[in-house]
Amino acid sequence: LFPQAPRMFAQSSRNSASPVLLLVLLGCVLCPPAQASKSSEDIRCKCICPPYRNISGHIYNKNVSQKDCNCLHVVEPMPVPGNDVEAYCLLCECKYEERSTTTIKVIIIIYLSVVGALLLYMAFLVLVDPLIRKPDPYTQPLHNEEDSEDTRSLATVPTLAGARANTVLERVEGAQQRWKRQVQEQRKTVFDRHKMLS
Amino acid sequence: MEQRGCRRGSFQSGTSDEDLLEIAGAGGDLCAADDDPPLDREMAGFSSHNGGGMNGTSTMMDFLEEPLPGVGTYEDFNTIDWVREKSRDRDRHREITNRSKESTWALLHSVSDAFSGWLLMLLIGLLAGSLAGLIDISAHWMTDLKEGVCLAGFWFNHEHCCWKSNTTFTDRDKCPEWKSWSQLILGHGEGAFAYILNYFMYVTWALMFSLLAVLLVKGFAPYACGSGIPEIKTILSGFIIRGYLGKWTLVIKTITLVLAVSSGLSLGKEGPLVHVACCCGNILCHLFTKYRKNEAKRREATAAAGVSVAFGAPIGGVLFSLEEVSYYFPLKTLWRSFFAALVAAFTLRSINPFGNSRLVLFYVEFHMPWHLLELVPFILLGIFGGLWGAFFIRSNIAWCRRRKTTRLGKYPVLEVLVVTAITALLAFPNEYTRMSTSELISELFNDCGILDSSKLCEYVNDFNSTKGDDLPDRAAGPGVYTAMWQLALALVMKVFITIFTFGMKVPSGLFIPSMAVGAIAGRLLGVAVEQLAFYHHDWAIFSGWCSPGADCITPGLYAMVGAAACLGGVTRMTVSLVVIMFELTGGLEYIVPLMAAAMTSKWVADALGREGIYDAHIRLNGYPFLEAKEEFSHKTRAMDVMRPRRSAAPLTVLTQDTMTVEDVEAVVSSTTYSGYPVVVSRASQRLVGFVLRRDLIISIENARKKQDGIVSTSVICFTDYCPPLPPSSPSVLKLRSILDLSPFTVTDETPMEIVVDIFRKLGLRQCLVTHNGKLLGIITKKDVLKHIAQMANQDPDSILFN
Repeated sequence: LFPQAPRMFAQSSRNSASPVLLLVLLGCVLCPPAQASKSSEDIRCKCICPPYRNISGHIYNKNVSQKDCNCLHVVEPMPVPGNDVEAYCLLCECKYEERSTTTIKVIIIIYLSVVGALLLYMAFLVLVDPLIRKPDPYTQPLHNEEDSEDTRSLATVPTLAGARANTVLERVEGAQQRWKRQVQEQRKTVFDRHKMLS
Repeated sequence: MEQRGCRRGSFQSGTSDEDLLEIAGAGGDLCAADDDPPLDREMAGFSSHNGGGMNGTSTMMDFLEEPLPGVGTYEDFNTIDWVREKSRDRDRHREITNRSKESTWALLHSVSDAFSGWLLMLLIGLLAGSLAGLIDISAHWMTDLKEGVCLAGFWFNHEHCCWKSNTTFTDRDKCPEWKSWSQLILGHGEGAFAYILNYFMYVTWALMFSLLAVLLVKGFAPYACGSGIPEIKTILSGFIIRGYLGKWTLVIKTITLVLAVSSGLSLGKEGPLVHVACCCGNILCHLFTKYRKNEAKRREATAAAGVSVAFGAPIGGVLFSLEEVSYYFPLKTLWRSFFAALVAAFTLRSINPFGNSRLVLFYVEFHMPWHLLELVPFILLGIFGGLWGAFFIRSNIAWCRRRKTTRLGKYPVLEVLVVTAITALLAFPNEYTRMSTSELISELFNDCGILDSSKLCEYVNDFNSTKGDDLPDRAAGPGVYTAMWQLALALVMKVFITIFTFGMKVPSGLFIPSMAVGAIAGRLLGVAVEQLAFYHHDWAIFSGWCSPGADCITPGLYAMVGAAACLGGVTRMTVSLVVIMFELTGGLEYIVPLMAAAMTSKWVADALGREGIYDAHIRLNGYPFLEAKEEFSHKTRAMDVMRPRRSAAPLTVLTQDTMTVEDVEAVVSSTTYSGYPVVVSRASQRLVGFVLRRDLIISIENARKKQDGIVSTSVICFTDYCPPLPPSSPSVLKLRSILDLSPFTVTDETPMEIVVDIFRKLGLRQCLVTHNGKLLGIITKKDVLKHIAQMANQDPDSILFN
């Protein structure tokens, strides 16, 4: 059908390094939470024993391993004499629980910082950005939007943004303008024209 | 309609009737013998062809080695051509295999190329599992934030805060480290004023969370709202929505999902988790060349990742993907999908959000037997599930349609705030709606043991006769009766508020609310049957199997069956639902009740309305989704559906070697079709191939800029051997590489059943219609969809996209 396949092969070797890199990165990120989880206060065996005859109910906690998590190991001191122990223990319910406080702390802090960063960025875009940015007629979206991800489009209308914008700042600004136009287009589709997502 | 030269298509509304593709005449291989003889090889500028069948390069032509960037990609809101993508992948694979014999490096490259699919699945599973863990932990914390805060560390929720404290048996549900808001502000937690303060703080937090969620969605990623499953179904069937599976959508959806769930709204997180996982899949696909350039392969990969992590039930997730979400599901995807599901489940388990190595909050382990006579109430629950499903779908679609078409849709932020306020105001007084819906389901599924102190388990206990942990059926205490009417109120509230919540401009899922409705109904019925069996154990139906002092009825099981029935009634899932439910309960004993309820609810719901909720939303939004499950049973033929119609202008075609650049540009700018057929000549109308609009525009523009000698009067030649021209004429523009030489054709007498089948099975975008070997017209996917809609007496103009 299409005689273009041989060309694609040439570019593929360039990209074999990047998945390996990502795998290494992901491993580094995931390792620390997994290792830091075993502090002693984070595992326990909890036995709940209901009222029995004239003994009131009680909760016993002890830091034992999972195979020792039963009534005989955890309930100390045993409130009933030896021949009643079995009947008493049948009523008790023992559960092994573990958790990782570090993971919880890290995740909550990550989440709050991302939310905070987004809020700050939104405040910046709404309040500060219109003041510092001069209104530039060539970067206003006049006709078509640039396509977003994998097309390098050939502009029909020569724009100033199409000129060589080589410095990092200008490239960042260009990317930001493109992103803003994209979001605007999405907003029109979803919120104004109700073409998608009802 | 703007008519502009070489306009690249951003999405335009109102293009409904104009995207008929032009069919160029192409006679196919049969006419090869009659073609014009190959032209003189000494054509100026042509060099010999390479072995790969590529066009010859010449100094005059200056045709680049690589395909032009942009050729072979698709415009937004268009459908991909599966056939083309698959053939490109096969070409690539063949090329790599051939080259692998040349050197060791090439061999390694071919091995790594084959391995890259598995590596991609591994990465997708890891990322999706981590995100799911993050969402679970954050949602738990933020839900409890509405009620109080932990003094031992603000990042703990209620359960974790009380983990370490030594409590006595009698108040084992309270602990001093956890302070409700009134305790924090006033110093004490009792009294009317404290209650009002708690109420006020609850509503305030709920409003704050939902306001933040909708502002983030509106400001950063408008595609992140809603459930996502209808759109993903459409994307996986070949539609392109740029940005729907992008980075910003992923970040915003994750963040706002937590906020939306925590604000107490009646929604769940399973559907949006599918969207999140698909975004992960799409983003990670860009790392691998095999997937980055090929739209079809990318879809297969994201289909695999999509559902598996959402429910924490790997097998059920794969089946859900197979049954509901994916369109083309080759068996290779099944194995990879399972692999991704397992990796994600393993990752989630090691993050351990619930502290007990479980993946979902309401994991229960029952081992009580059930009796055959209990099938009657189970079938009743199935009927209730079906009725509720049909009612919910109708009312939700009506409300969403109103949101789409009237002024209600103009105030999305206000709508979210109003719904949140109403939900929070109604939810706080009733303890069963105040707790998060997952906790409610978990409590309802739970079987009462000796140590349960909740109101629902407040039976009249007779301690002398208890032996061990096995409790018999007992009379209900006052706590149970209170719980019953509170649950009934909760049921009514949830039934009505979910209708207005699903589809709002925040991420919203449907699984948890429907399971909650079903679980409440099931538990109510279960307790009723249990009390009936207790008080009337001498009736004939009970005396056989339920003696006094035995534990016969398990209300928790009824809650589970009710949840399955309601979920099945809304989504119309069959196998995947049963598998998900029994993966949640960890036992195969309850397959028969679950299947009975699921089947009954599906039959009842299908009798009242044909579509599930996701298909109904697809139809509401007009996505070009060709339903794979329905049969087309009308007797129309291809000539009734094809364009142009009898009275309209004849087909716009391009000829293979007689049109100039100017002519082609005029054709392209005066019509809006997304492709044109190429014929041998206007007189013969014999088909050569098919060329896409986008590729044409890009190639012509590029040629004008980069190649020498291409002017408006240059002839465009779509074949390998172009006719010789006098030496004074401008050079020829060869566009052989963008021509598709094997378009699908059917004859005009082909029944539409076969045509629809071809479109479904092959994933075609358009199909040419011939008559006696000559090109007559074209049928596009949109024409097929419109025709189906017409035949079903629905509005054919509701098909909006191309």
